[in-house]
Amino acid sequence: MNKEYVLEIEDLTVEYVVEGEVTQAVTDLNLKVEAGTTVGLVGETGAGKTTTALAALRLVPDPPGTIRSGRILVCGQDIMKLSQKQLYNVRGQDISMIFQDPMTSLNPVETVGDQITESIMLHEKLKRPQAWEKALEMLELVGIPRTRAMEYPHQFSGGMRQRVVIAIALACNPKMLIADEPTTALDVTIQAQVLDMMKKLRDQFNMGMILITHDLGIVAEICDEVAVMYAGRIVEMGTLDEVFNHTRHPYTEGLFNSLPNIKNREAKLQPIPGLMPDPTDLPVGCAFAPRCRYATEACKAAQPAAHHFSDTHFAACTAYEDPSFRIERSKDRE
Amino acid sequence: MHKYILKRILMLIPVIFGVSLLVFCIMNVASGDVTAVMGAEELDAQQLYELKESLGLNDPLLVRYVKYMWNLITKGDLGTGYISKEPVMSLFLNRFPNTLKLALGSTLVCVILSIPLGIYSAVHHGSIADNVAMVGALLGLSIPNFWLGLVLIVIFALRLGWLPSEGAVGFKSIILPAITIGTGFMASMTRVTRSSMLDVIRSDYLRTARAKGAPERQVIYKHALKNALIPIITSIGETFATALGGAVVTEAVFSWPGVGRLIIDSIRSRDTMVVVGCIIMKTIVISVILLIVDILYAFVDPRIKSHYARARKAKIDE
Ligand SMILES: Nc1ncnc2c1ncn2[C@@H]1O[C@H](COP(=O)(O)OP(=O)(O)OP(=O)(O)O)[C@@H](O)[C@H]1O
Ligand SMILES: [Mg+2]
Repeated sequence: MNKEYVLEIEDLTVEYVVEGEVTQAVTDLNLKVEAGTTVGLVGETGAGKTTTALAALRLVPDPPGTIRSGRILVCGQDIMKLSQKQLYNVRGQDISMIFQDPMTSLNPVETVGDQITESIMLHEKLKRPQAWEKALEMLELVGIPRTRAMEYPHQFSGGMRQRVVIAIALACNPKMLIADEPTTALDVTIQAQVLDMMKKLRDQFNMGMILITHDLGIVAEICDEVAVMYAGRIVEMGTLDEVFNHTRHPYTEGLFNSLPNIKNREAKLQPIPGLMPDPTDLPVGCAFAPRCRYATEACKAAQPAAHHFSDTHFAACTAYEDPSFRIERSKDRE
Repeated sequence: MHKYILKRILMLIPVIFGVSLLVFCIMNVASGDVTAVMGAEELDAQQLYELKESLGLNDPLLVRYVKYMWNLITKGDLGTGYISKEPVMSLFLNRFPNTLKLALGSTLVCVILSIPLGIYSAVHHGSIADNVAMVGALLGLSIPNFWLGLVLIVIFALRLGWLPSEGAVGFKSIILPAITIGTGFMASMTRVTRSSMLDVIRSDYLRTARAKGAPERQVIYKHALKNALIPIITSIGETFATALGGAVVTEAVFSWPGVGRLIIDSIRSRDTMVVVGCIIMKTIVISVILLIVDILYAFVDPRIKSHYARARKAKIDE
């Protein structure tokens, strides 16, 4: 089987240094995305999701951020080795990103048409009128009438702005798209529309996609694979079915238990107790151990190794040293 | 949009009347009896009365002011100099092009130096270069213009002989006075540029631009600068207005035949009429420049423009 990976991240470590204090935002992260598939990246706030995404475009703000180590391949090119100029060609053309907040991610003093046109002109050898025409087509593709191209972002609603952001990101048919909580700032009905559209465009362009979200419902809807991040590391990864129905990591279990259960409204919400550890002062052992009800002394002593349950499914949890170990959730199901 | 412009123009009127009334009264009261410098001692009471009558000095101050403004508005007449015996308007218009040239030149010098420096400082925020640039800009403010002017004259006119030290003939003669005045305004414009660039430099839309693959230059000079422009334009307008209004010392150092020197000379000869006329004309010119700056905002920032467009539409809908 010959898989075509559009994004490969190997052993990525990213730090932020603010006033001498080092925030370990991402540690030894490995992630691969195949063309045409979507990986959901989930985790609490501060887990390092956005930082991972920025690193994939080499856009981590420096200072204060630095990519300490790691290899990042975008469509086979090691972007850590590219010159600035080559990097400009990769961004927007091979890999694109949609940012968290549509209200602030568009330039307020340029028309939306111009902002899409700019993206096209940066990568395609088109004259302005042709690029403008293509920008209008992109606008229509995301469901905005072409007559509104001359308007400014402040004349658009949040949902429409996010569509414009998507149009900018997709203007040059990138092979890889990272969507950082593309719908969090939108209301529920608009969310569904935008997600639907992204799904359609992903299939149309055969893009690889990372979808960053807090919302496991969204993950269930469009992702093929799921990576669960905690304190800068991926603690569990597998196909949608594996992670959702054969959950292995206690943190993932905690995430599911903290969801409201629609089928059984009587069931109590069980939020994960405690807070994520301070990223400037991560423990030697498993970062989740202080909040984990299965934790033992062994967990605090060293970083957990990854335990593979199938070719695609692993969890980084020391408890699986004991082959008979099962978390509550899987016990119910298996 | 038109409503916005109209509103700003209407706001000019009280400003101009207020300032001119103030200047007219203060100058006339403070300069005392102008007939004293016109050889009044040798006149008897009747002749003195006639002299005052011919100069229109026998009316109450307010009446004189109203007459003065009436002549200015209807005939563009600023009266006749007591000493120079020439129409003040033509004295002013003779000198004004020189002052305008010098103000333009010094604003240009200031803009060329300050904006790149401010941008550089903002982009390299907190670095040594940033601190050096800020201190450098402060130096421009703290060095007195007359001293800098003299130093420049010594170096470039006397030692090197590259540039003329006085007069207003040809392009070369404007260089030294423009540098002298322009560097004086650098501190404030550099600071404004830096701080307004800092406000936008971490914004999300710059990240969007970078993610598109826009080169850093384009990100800074197109996306960031355009968003930081409103305070910068204000600063440019104020610099220009100040340069027009207050280049008196530098004009004197370089024997620059501008309005500033005309005012100084007239104060010396106690020719109140010329002083009042020049100051009122300057006020008008400066107000108009600040008005133009205000209107420019709307072109730079579509949000201001559509704010007024919407307000107008709402009025029509009512
Ligand atoms: N520019 C920055 N300077 C300093 N620290 C930062 C910066 N950006 C992120 N961090 C830190 O890095 C860690 C990871 O942040 P990141 O934004 O990647 O989290 P996230 O998973 O995207 O969270 P969220 O769900 O809230 O968007 C956090 O501890 C955060 O405080
Ligand atoms: Mg984030």
